[in-house]
Amino acid sequence: MPDLGPHAGFILAAYGVTLVAIVGLALAIVADDRKQQRLLADLERKGIRRRSAGAAKPARPARKKRS
Amino acid sequence: MSASLALLARDLKLAFREGGAIGTALGFYLVVIAIAPLGLGPDLNLLARIAPGLLWVALLLAALLSAGRIFHNDYEDGTLDILTCGPLPLSLVAAIKSLAHWITTGVPLALLAPLLGLLLNLPQQASPFLVLAMLAGTPAVSFIAAIGASLTLGLKRSGLLLALLVLPLYVPVLIFGVATASAAITGPASPWPPFLMLCAFSLASIVLAPLAASAALRIALR
Amino acid sequence: MPSLANPTRFLTLVAAVVPWLTALTAILFATGLYLAFFVAPPDYQQGETVRIMFIHVPAAWLAMFGYMLIAVASLGTLIWRHPLADVAAKTAVPIGATFAFITLVTGSLWGKPMWGTYWVWDARLTSMLVLFLLYLGLAALWQAIEEPGRAGRAAAILALVGVINIPIIKFSVDWWNTLHQPASVVRLGGPTIDPSMLIPLAVMAIAFTVLFVVLHLIAMRAEILRRRVHAMQKTQVEHAALAGA
Repeated sequence: MPDLGPHAGFILAAYGVTLVAIVGLALAIVADDRKQQRLLADLERKGIRRRSAGAAKPARPARKKRS
Repeated sequence: MSASLALLARDLKLAFREGGAIGTALGFYLVVIAIAPLGLGPDLNLLARIAPGLLWVALLLAALLSAGRIFHNDYEDGTLDILTCGPLPLSLVAAIKSLAHWITTGVPLALLAPLLGLLLNLPQQASPFLVLAMLAGTPAVSFIAAIGASLTLGLKRSGLLLALLVLPLYVPVLIFGVATASAAITGPASPWPPFLMLCAFSLASIVLAPLAASAALRIALR
Repeated sequence: MPSLANPTRFLTLVAAVVPWLTALTAILFATGLYLAFFVAPPDYQQGETVRIMFIHVPAAWLAMFGYMLIAVASLGTLIWRHPLADVAAKTAVPIGATFAFITLVTGSLWGKPMWGTYWVWDARLTSMLVLFLLYLGLAALWQAIEEPGRAGRAAAILALVGVINIPIIKFSVDWWNTLHQPASVVRLGGPTIDPSMLIPLAVMAIAFTVLFVVLHLIAMRAEILRRRVHAMQKTQVEHAALAGA
């Protein structure tokens, strides 16, 4: 790291805030993405079908969740 | 034409009959200007310098207070649905209602401003320019407020949301409106260039804002 | 783009492209940061603090790019009824707002050593502040309307009203700024940028842009999946209601 001069604190603070903001945003987006994928997988496992899914889904034995 | 005038007359009558909305806006304007010096200190020189800005900002807030009412009552009782089926295009309806808001809110606030300017030691020579600028700028305030009102129709906390959506759009009105009054105070710069830009912005708003407001109304009414 | 209009095909595209773009982002940032700190010389007037420019300027560009993207997507929603348009618009708001925020904070931290205060009302920062407020307005409107169809169309109108106003606001703020600061050339970044700084700046700008695209694609996928989950949960409730009836 070269000598950042008398105002090194400001430079590091600027890069630091940027890093925190970007990482925070990325984590929020990726976490939301993972959560939706998980929820979708759960629902598909339970046999709920999307109305527009058509014949694309593999055939599954229909499991009755409640008797 | 007669349908437009009938709608305008109806809205004006309702507004004046309701009374409270206009009075509240004026009262709010007075209260804000009255307490501002309590926060800023009684230094008359300071107050004189910031008077145009303070009077404009308080006017914007007071106008926004009553903006929700532009479409709200008619939305609640179904009149708005009827108006969409009527002879007038919805954009014209929006324009007439914005005009009614200007007449019942913008104009009274603008006319009250010089009186409140006395509280802030607004220099004498600035008063007529301030009123002129406000009369020229408040149409933009009302017509743009109608966009906010139509977007937030029927929503919770719509008043605050409306203000949040609309205030950034008022930046040109504020800048040119204050500059017109300030130029009359601080000398060589002429107040007419910012005044003309204010007029241009208002005219553009009068023409374009009803289009956005009517599109938003259709979305809210679906 | 008809081929991307199908959400399922879009999801496949995203899955294929995101890993590569993520790797590209990392490489670009590594290169850009190296250039910014070890290759670019300190500025004649500002010294080392000019290195903040390598974040501040790209962030400003991306904040504006984000809003333009939202405006185009809004046209897609209102005029062409593209099925993914409102998804694109909704997910771009937090990303663009973050870049606007970064612009403001880095501008503030750049200004303190240069002018002694954490905030100056110069034309660029003031315009960026107004842009940030416009982003907040969009976020608030999306949040306030529950029904996603109405939310998408209302936000589209607000975005288009905003984009028409942005040049007017910029013009009025510039005008206001020259009115109050006639003499000084107060320009963040100085009057010109030396060529030796252009390459690091360009690399950082491209790095940030690819980052925007990656985050946007992932966020769009999450939003599409969220809507599917929501629809399926509704079906689940309907089935349960029927079974229990």
